[in-house]
Amino acid sequence: MEANRNNEDYLLKIDNLRVTYETDLETVCAVNGLSIQIKRGETLGLVGETGAGKTTTALSILRLLPERTGKIKSGSIIFDGKNLLNLSESEMREEIRGKSISMIFQDPMTSLNPMMNVGEQIEEVLRYHNNDGRTPKEIKAHVDKTLELVGIPARRRTEFPHQFSGGMKQRIVIAMALACQPQLLLADEPTTALDVTIQAQVLAMMHELQTKLKTAMILITHDLGVVAQVCDNVAVVYAGEIVESGTVEDIFGSDRHHPYTEGLFGSIPNLEKETDRLSPINGLMPDPTDLPAGCYFAPRCPHCMEICKERHPELYVCGSHSIACHLFNNN
Amino acid sequence: MDQDNRGPLLEVRNLKKYFAVGKNSYLHAVDNVSLTIDRGCTLGVVGESGCGKSTMGRTILRLLEPTSGAILFEGKDITKYNQRQLTHLRQDMQIIFQDPYSSLNPRMSVYDIIAQPLIVTGLIKDKNELFHRVDSLMNTVGLAKRLRNAYPHELDGGRRQRIGVARALSLNPKFIVCDEPVSALDVSIQAQILNLLMDLQDELGLTYMFITHDLSVVKHISNDIAVMYLGQCVEKAPSSTLFKSPLHPYTKALLSAIPIPSLAARKKRPEIIRGEVTDPVNPKPGCRFASRCPYCIDKCTENDIPLKEVEPGHFVACTLVDS
Repeated sequence: MEANRNNEDYLLKIDNLRVTYETDLETVCAVNGLSIQIKRGETLGLVGETGAGKTTTALSILRLLPERTGKIKSGSIIFDGKNLLNLSESEMREEIRGKSISMIFQDPMTSLNPMMNVGEQIEEVLRYHNNDGRTPKEIKAHVDKTLELVGIPARRRTEFPHQFSGGMKQRIVIAMALACQPQLLLADEPTTALDVTIQAQVLAMMHELQTKLKTAMILITHDLGVVAQVCDNVAVVYAGEIVESGTVEDIFGSDRHHPYTEGLFGSIPNLEKETDRLSPINGLMPDPTDLPAGCYFAPRCPHCMEICKERHPELYVCGSHSIACHLFNNN
Repeated sequence: MDQDNRGPLLEVRNLKKYFAVGKNSYLHAVDNVSLTIDRGCTLGVVGESGCGKSTMGRTILRLLEPTSGAILFEGKDITKYNQRQLTHLRQDMQIIFQDPYSSLNPRMSVYDIIAQPLIVTGLIKDKNELFHRVDSLMNTVGLAKRLRNAYPHELDGGRRQRIGVARALSLNPKFIVCDEPVSALDVSIQAQILNLLMDLQDELGLTYMFITHDLSVVKHISNDIAVMYLGQCVEKAPSSTLFKSPLHPYTKALLSAIPIPSLAARKKRPEIIRGEVTDPVNPKPGCRFASRCPYCIDKCTENDIPLKEVEPGHFVACTLVDS
């Protein structure tokens, strides 16, 4: 009971999630004990490099991992008081996907059906999750309203994806995701494929819609600039676990950081300061089929100590800011 | 390196590249662009996708034939060169491609890829010498020797891009067009490659034309920056001047749209420009940015607007800017 009450504060609480991809030849440990929480109406930024397990986490929430290879080994995903891992496939389909949680996929060019006009694609979601018993006419009206919401004239509803530009396609994908007014939106690199000016338009629009509809959002990205502008909280992912998390103020304001976060900041050319050289992180991400014994970041870490190679670090917590590194301890 | 050898290495005058699309309609990919790059310097070319940056880079190397205009490399117009002269020229002008996943032949080993230009030009005939040359090239770009016999699919994006860099360096070029060399890479790897390119420039006295859409990267690496919009150069200035005092409305919009990773920038809402890039097929006369420009006046759509020098080295094509 006690635990239940705690869970209710959060819209989504992922605890110690472990996901592997298994084939006959090898086992890839994609997510290794990842925990995140998100409150209603909040935006959480999930930051990390390619292969860090960001998208796998999002797919696990929707239980859309590839059926034969992707396996959730342990952990729990509590959404609105229910553990999503215990729901049946039909419950997931009817209650969760597209209705309470929806996802914006990375590439707007490939996530739309080229053979269907965009109006029908948005309509599909509404028809499937038609709990209010809307008539076809009302559904059509709602599609028009959703299109107008993302800044596309409703008269273009009968056009096909190839007739739209990249930025507009991404808006249509967002319109599809928001059609049922979900409580949680998973946005997987929604602006990576777009130009900066279009990115600014899409981000501003998403922010506006979020405040209007009070949707919580997990924004997956590798762009720290986008995170600083849009998110309330930030979690930095490395090799399938959270190495640092906190509010944006903690991440962008504090001077205590996980060495990996420092490396990420050192890698971006700063527009406000003059630097001659960037200070990148040396080396590469560890092979997810063969992770190091201690801290996963130890082989690349400039501050690596003996203990780092042997023991996995515990979480150092200071208010809302937490760091998983041996350099910091709770004493 | 060539301290006594200053002055422009490459000069492009009124370069045009049109592609025919159907009857009597032409896509103006590059329209009347003029620029110069000094020896040992880097010119950054920025713009949104579809503005003609890559086409310009390729036209300058004559990988695409220019429609009109002149390209002077070391004072000689290379637009009239024949095939034999071109082969010779290519030793001095190289390119690093955008996508390290598709610009390497999957059926060639790392050694073969890097040795290829040396074999094609017949520069090194001796097998032993070739082996040592490839070895030292791999060393220069930071590729371990054991990867000599590896194939591109075995390597990650950062290492593949290093192969691309080694291949471009193999003929000791003077000039390299870097066509978005880091946009397909992760931030931490991107920084490694940028550092590598800058170190190589110091050591070998290379001249770069750096094409990118990422403004923070371009500021970091370039001496001068040219901003392109729909095939035309709208503003050209030394890097620090451009970032301090941008004059063209498009440059301003582009700069304010970059998400900055700091809390101070969080409060400011960027100046968002509406609309998207218009069609480059048979464009109307006048400023191409006019339809999206918040300050557009009648004069903007009447005639083409030439680049004006407002202060030494700073050129702008805008009716609102008076010199």
